[in-house]
Amino acid sequence: MSTRAFMALFWLMAWIPGISTEITVCDECSISSIAVAVEEANAGDTIRVSAGHYTVENLGITKPMTLIGEPGAILDGANTSYVLRLLSDSITIAGFEITNSGRSYTKDYAAIYVYDSKMVQVIENTVHDSFFGILMEKATQSVIRGNKVMGTATREDQSGNGIHLWHCEEIEITNNEVFGMRDGIYLEFVDESRISRNYSHNNVRYGLHFMFSNHDTYTDNTFQHNGAGVAVMFSKWIRMERNRFEENWGTASYGLLLKEIYDGEVLDNTFTENTLGIFVDGSARVNYSHNNFLQNGWAVKVSGGCYANVFTGNNFIGNSFDISYNSRMNDNTFNGNFWSSYSGYDLDKNGMGDVPYRPVKLFSYIVNRTPETIVLLRSLFVDMINFSEKVSPAFTPDDLIDDSPSMKRFK
Amino acid sequence: MIKILKYSFSDLMRSRWSFIYLGFYLILGFVLLFLNNDLSKGIITLMNVIVVLTPMIGTIFGVMYFYNSREFTELLLAQPVKRSVIFLGQYLGISLSLSLSLIIGLGLPFLAYGIFRSGEIANFIMLLISGTCLTFIFVALSINIALFNSNKIKGFGYAILMWLFFAVIYDALILLSMIVFEDYPLDNYALVASFLNPIDLSRILILLKLDISALLGYTGALFQRFFGTSSGLLYSLLMLTCWVAIPVMLLLNRSRSKDF
Repeated sequence: MSTRAFMALFWLMAWIPGISTEITVCDECSISSIAVAVEEANAGDTIRVSAGHYTVENLGITKPMTLIGEPGAILDGANTSYVLRLLSDSITIAGFEITNSGRSYTKDYAAIYVYDSKMVQVIENTVHDSFFGILMEKATQSVIRGNKVMGTATREDQSGNGIHLWHCEEIEITNNEVFGMRDGIYLEFVDESRISRNYSHNNVRYGLHFMFSNHDTYTDNTFQHNGAGVAVMFSKWIRMERNRFEENWGTASYGLLLKEIYDGEVLDNTFTENTLGIFVDGSARVNYSHNNFLQNGWAVKVSGGCYANVFTGNNFIGNSFDISYNSRMNDNTFNGNFWSSYSGYDLDKNGMGDVPYRPVKLFSYIVNRTPETIVLLRSLFVDMINFSEKVSPAFTPDDLIDDSPSMKRFK
Repeated sequence: MIKILKYSFSDLMRSRWSFIYLGFYLILGFVLLFLNNDLSKGIITLMNVIVVLTPMIGTIFGVMYFYNSREFTELLLAQPVKRSVIFLGQYLGISLSLSLSLIIGLGLPFLAYGIFRSGEIANFIMLLISGTCLTFIFVALSINIALFNSNKIKGFGYAILMWLFFAVIYDALILLSMIVFEDYPLDNYALVASFLNPIDLSRILILLKLDISALLGYTGALFQRFFGTSSGLLYSLLMLTCWVAIPVMLLLNRSRSKDF
């Protein structure tokens, strides 16, 4: 390569960042419509939108660019269709208030719709009165951060999900707040993603809903008062850490539902006052450690087909039932947990009780069979039959014991 | 009546047993609060204790006192006083002194640990109300038994049996019947059955506080309405008052015809 050609290339490269210009959109500016601004902008430009009310219907963005909304910039979809459709790589949408997407029973209209893109960033937007909040399909390496999605959903069939991902990879969902939608966060076929520090509450169905998604991590989220809690289904290698599951009350309501989960980790989570802390159904090789189960109806309910799960170092405090089984078969281990209803002693002072603890009570077996008997909970007679079952197990799995129950609560 | 009430009351207040009973609650309250230093946990533990203990103490005290003061009662009956007034006065004397032991015995430790400054005051009042109601109910029932049986040993036996029935046997029968008829809808039956036993009623008051998350796991609409709203609390309290009234009526009725 000659020196001249090299120099030309050098200047070209120096010039490229320079072409990224900034376009301002406001009512009095030369460009007062976002659609026009997007049309005129070159790839890599920044569009800055001043405060104001803009009607944006089904605006497709097909070039990499950055859209920044200043405080008070409202994008109104006029109840027709999608509001923004991001159809190119490297698009950033930040700081907007987006409202009134269309509603449909055949199409998933969303405030922000992303399709087949890379490195999209959706940051600190507020979405309300929309069908779906943020809907991503076939996106990779993207970020959804600091958004707030609000809804007023009352029925499952008439509402959309807050943050909905389908067929995505390497997505980061952090610091979002979702409430009043159908599912707070819904992931289907989403791999290698991180979901952290989100607050999902008062949704009609699940706070977080996970289907066929592998190798994902979710940490430090709070799920509160959702219709049915959090459901993780048909997924492998999921890590769940330091999440809080609170006050999910109802007949089919869980803190956490694990259905067909293999090789997962459930660590340091806190389950407080849920009807069911964790409902485990057909899961294998999942480790549960250092979780807190506080005042749940059932801390852990184990259904059929659960093998080689390990519960260790958990605190079970003040739950109506600690563990519930629906059969006498057991292939899971429950060693080294703290049980607030353990009444044994520790003579050799090694911090572990000398008498094994049986977490499955006879009464929980009876309640499984005849649910109405729940009104007899904490009756003297029930304590007596629980005691006799403890002495010689006849109905509950006799190998289900904690050999080394901790005498002190784990910090 | 007030005079007789006062006599019975001061007689009991002077007796050693009232003080032992009071001392027991004082120690229990202080030890509980000293050990976990958490008012709400203390209340929960006490609820479990009270549901079993107050009926038992009420029963034994009621029947014992009535037999012991039989001569005094006979003396009173010779005076120009209405019969019902004598028995009612004695009944109130026993119930009040027992309730007072309960309220003071638990009140002092919780006051010392600042119950008025915490949000647990409603639950604590609930605890005292259910304890007091149980005392009134079981003293009335035991005096009834004493009125019907002049044989001390027999009366004492029946009284203990009555306590055992309400505390344990009743629940056993309910549980068995529910398992036998599990194919039928049982939610109405379960609620009505537990309303017919004062100990179960107080237990439900505890469940409403402690195990609401488990109770809401059951599908029945009646359960949902009963436990999910404040009506559960209201009905339980109402029924508890009915439970005080019925044995007292029975007592008054019996006292009119009781011939020593």
